[in-house]
Amino acid sequence: MNSREFERYMPEAHDHLRTRPSLWSYTHLDGWLLILLILLCSFGLFVLYSASGQDLGYVIRQAIRMAAGFFVMIVLAQLTPRFLGRWAPWLYVIGIGLLVAVILFGVGAKGAQRWLALPGFRFQPSEIMKLVLPLTVAFFLAHRPLPPSIKHVFISLVLIGLPTVLIMKQPDLGTSLLIASSGIFVLLLSGIRWRYIFSAVGVAGAALPGLWAVMKDYQKQRVLTFLDPESDPLGSGWNIIQSKTAIGSGGVYGKGWLSGTQSQLDFLPESHTDFIIAVVAEELGLIGVLILLSLYLLIIARGLVIAAQAPDSFGRLLAGSLILTFFVYVFVNIGMVSGLLPVVGVPLPLVSYGGTSIVTLMAGFGIIMSIHSYRTMLLK
Amino acid sequence: MATERLKDHSKESRTFKIRAILAFAVVVSLLLVLIVRMFYLQVVEHERFAAMSEDNRVQLQPVPPNRGLIYDRNGVLLADNRPSYSVTILKEEVKDLDKTLADLRDLIPITDKEVLRFKKRLRQRRRSFESVPVRFRLNEQEIATISVNYHRLPGVRVEAELIRHYPYGETLVHAMGYVGRINEAELQRVDERNYSATHYIGKLGIEKFYEDQLHGEVGFQKVETNARGRVMRVLERTDPQPGKDIQLHLDIRLQQITERLLEGRRASVVAIDPKTGGILTLVSKPGYDPNLFVTGISSKDYEALRDSRDLPLFNRAIRGGYPPGSTVKPITALAAIDTGVVSPGYTIFDPGWYTLTKGGRKYRDWKKFGHGRVNMNEAISQSCDTWFYDVAHKMGVDPMSDYLGRFGFGSVTSLDLPEALGQILPSKEWKKRRRKESWYTGDSLNLSIGQGFLVSTPLQLATATAVIANRGKWVQPRMLQGIKTEAEDGSQNLEMPEVTSVQLPRQDVVLNQEKNWDVIIKSMHDVMHSETGTARLSGAGAQYKIAGKTGTAQVVGIKQDEEYDAEKLAEIHRDHALFVAFAPIDDPQIAISVVVENGGGGSSTAAPIARKIMDAYLLGTDPLLDEIEL
Repeated sequence: MNSREFERYMPEAHDHLRTRPSLWSYTHLDGWLLILLILLCSFGLFVLYSASGQDLGYVIRQAIRMAAGFFVMIVLAQLTPRFLGRWAPWLYVIGIGLLVAVILFGVGAKGAQRWLALPGFRFQPSEIMKLVLPLTVAFFLAHRPLPPSIKHVFISLVLIGLPTVLIMKQPDLGTSLLIASSGIFVLLLSGIRWRYIFSAVGVAGAALPGLWAVMKDYQKQRVLTFLDPESDPLGSGWNIIQSKTAIGSGGVYGKGWLSGTQSQLDFLPESHTDFIIAVVAEELGLIGVLILLSLYLLIIARGLVIAAQAPDSFGRLLAGSLILTFFVYVFVNIGMVSGLLPVVGVPLPLVSYGGTSIVTLMAGFGIIMSIHSYRTMLLK
Repeated sequence: MATERLKDHSKESRTFKIRAILAFAVVVSLLLVLIVRMFYLQVVEHERFAAMSEDNRVQLQPVPPNRGLIYDRNGVLLADNRPSYSVTILKEEVKDLDKTLADLRDLIPITDKEVLRFKKRLRQRRRSFESVPVRFRLNEQEIATISVNYHRLPGVRVEAELIRHYPYGETLVHAMGYVGRINEAELQRVDERNYSATHYIGKLGIEKFYEDQLHGEVGFQKVETNARGRVMRVLERTDPQPGKDIQLHLDIRLQQITERLLEGRRASVVAIDPKTGGILTLVSKPGYDPNLFVTGISSKDYEALRDSRDLPLFNRAIRGGYPPGSTVKPITALAAIDTGVVSPGYTIFDPGWYTLTKGGRKYRDWKKFGHGRVNMNEAISQSCDTWFYDVAHKMGVDPMSDYLGRFGFGSVTSLDLPEALGQILPSKEWKKRRRKESWYTGDSLNLSIGQGFLVSTPLQLATATAVIANRGKWVQPRMLQGIKTEAEDGSQNLEMPEVTSVQLPRQDVVLNQEKNWDVIIKSMHDVMHSETGTARLSGAGAQYKIAGKTGTAQVVGIKQDEEYDAEKLAEIHRDHALFVAFAPIDDPQIAISVVVENGGGGSSTAAPIARKIMDAYLLGTDPLLDEIEL
């Protein structure tokens, strides 16, 4: 039961709530989301221990990142959505500037240039953009009459297209896909007309061959491998064959934690990062997968409820976009590991080992919580 | 847009809710797609993927059996197995093969040839995750250098394996052969399963002939491996059956003594125990170190061996074709007296030559002014050629061909020397077939003194001598004494295996008149122990009775009326020195042939060597320790 229902059914509790704010309204956090995220992170650490070849070091480093993520989440939850919105245009400009800087001065590995190196640390501006873009588009549209006019749709598409193209140039197909979808979700949720949607789908379909032409060789190879992994079983098809073998051999109940032969004997590549769902499937079976998917579904459901309850379009669009982008992570990652989608570098959120994505994701949840927390204030 | 519409907050909220519900529906259906996919992989296709994962994890690895050891007649180890360290590359773990090779070559010396051979082996690789050797016989320094650099050389390993080692090296190479790395053609021939872990196979000699016995049975182990092929644990194991140990008739002490006696010469000695046919010593000089061939000889070393004028790679003892010269005289004489062409008392006058027709071509005796009156015994003991010319003229080629053939000339008679050659026993048919010419009387004359078309190997000479020693009883010359088996009570036995030799056992030589054996052996005795015997110096002072025959084989034709002068001739045109003998006469224990290429006279060069070998065998003396005055 959420607090609005609570208020509706128990009006006499109003005074009590107003005078003695609950722990949740005091901390600006959402209890449901917090519990679900803690469960998800615990599940992630549990699987990571096995996926990393029982290396406690990985688990500890990941736990530290998660702690940092929770900290960022709590900080962001304290800021008002309006405050974030005010900064959106500036953040967007800075973000684009950083992305250009990446292309000019960035560092990286394996043919991709994704990082900006500053003295002492390095970071991925594309991660910042994951939050800034939906923020900007939501801010832009929320102050226009909805559903957006064709002009505003167009401006939004430009806002989305710019960072997407810059990130694709790095190249980082996975992140550009996530960023593009975060912006497009804002548009879709804003009530953009169905005929725009259908015509866009039509145009996109027609543009596919053009996309093929601009893709890098390794990206094309991934698509080809996706279409027929057996064509190169020892080369680029290896990953997907091994992950499918890991998943399939897990069966309903799994081979048991730490007992997955595919993952423990290194047949499964990237088992602790992008392909960690295969470890879940192999060791914990279909049951483990269903538990994980249930966690994701609950988080998404809660996020959508928060979005729907937001008092203004800005909060609604922002929260809705962030939570749907979260789902894109889940779908693309599991889809690619199970052989439904081509391999693009998208981690399984809060389970895959590594990097900045954990902090970005938690920051997103911080914003969602902020939207939830400041709902009552704005209502007043 | 001309005018901004006003924001309708409640409508926007409604729209959003509809879109959010739609989005949730899409999320749920896409999650269902994932669940269906997982269900398909994990339930519907579970069996298939479970099998694939098991195939990934479990490998059936063959385990090579240890090769059987080879012992001499006294139990001295002649061939054993020693650990050898080689550096190998597992291709699956290497990203950039050329770079890894280059890095490795920075650490230890690897020649271009070795790289080429490595790449060839890589192409022939039989299983995936099978490491391929780059260089063999690493020394400790090299092992250490590679080990400390392991971390930057993924896929590179130092591996130990047991490889054949021949402690006596060159001494036994022509007697035993050697093993070498198995090649593609050999892989086609052998049982692929049994050789699945074996990298070496007998290439020559005993090692080749008794390959089946020496190799053993491959073992298998089921192992769990990781993706890089590293064995994590052994799940099941069937031990390999080591190859059988074999014992040869060979006497390593005698072999070593013989080798030293022939030092610096191109020569060959074969000694046989006439009772068993067991080969006591088989030396062909010069030889080479078989250990070089086990893991692959460097091309520089190989070229040096191949191009040497002394032909060290050539096994003279069993393949060398020499005109046997006068050493066949006991047999051609036997042919004459046993067929009744002449009696042993048949006497001629030898002026130093023989002519078929008055004033015709002179067939010369080795002794310029002749032996005077000689009978058969003197003709053999003094090696008078003219007596044989005369008798050969009388008897023609057929009895000689027949008798020589019965003593093994012209065919391979050995049991287990796969490379032995039969060489040439001439006859009328042979000449018609091979030379498209008819047989001339002059050919018979040459044949009677072991010249002309007759060509034989030292092994054949020793074998024929053993048959004489046995008075016609045939024994197939052989290396193997038996396979060592251990009885239940721990006692060791020797067992003769079934061998599939193409050589059928020979028929014993049965003479028309048994006493002719005595006649012939007496004349051979007189070669050694009479005052005029050609090898009397080598027979002097012997504590046992020797029957022998010297021979001197012409290498280049001497023109009519030209004299042979060793001093004038280049060394390689000098005569071959030959000698055959057996001893003791009343109880023959050793039959021997000695061939010294371009050694000059049989009596001066070959016979003393044979005497020392016989002394060493029969008396246990060491001619180099206690010089026997001859």
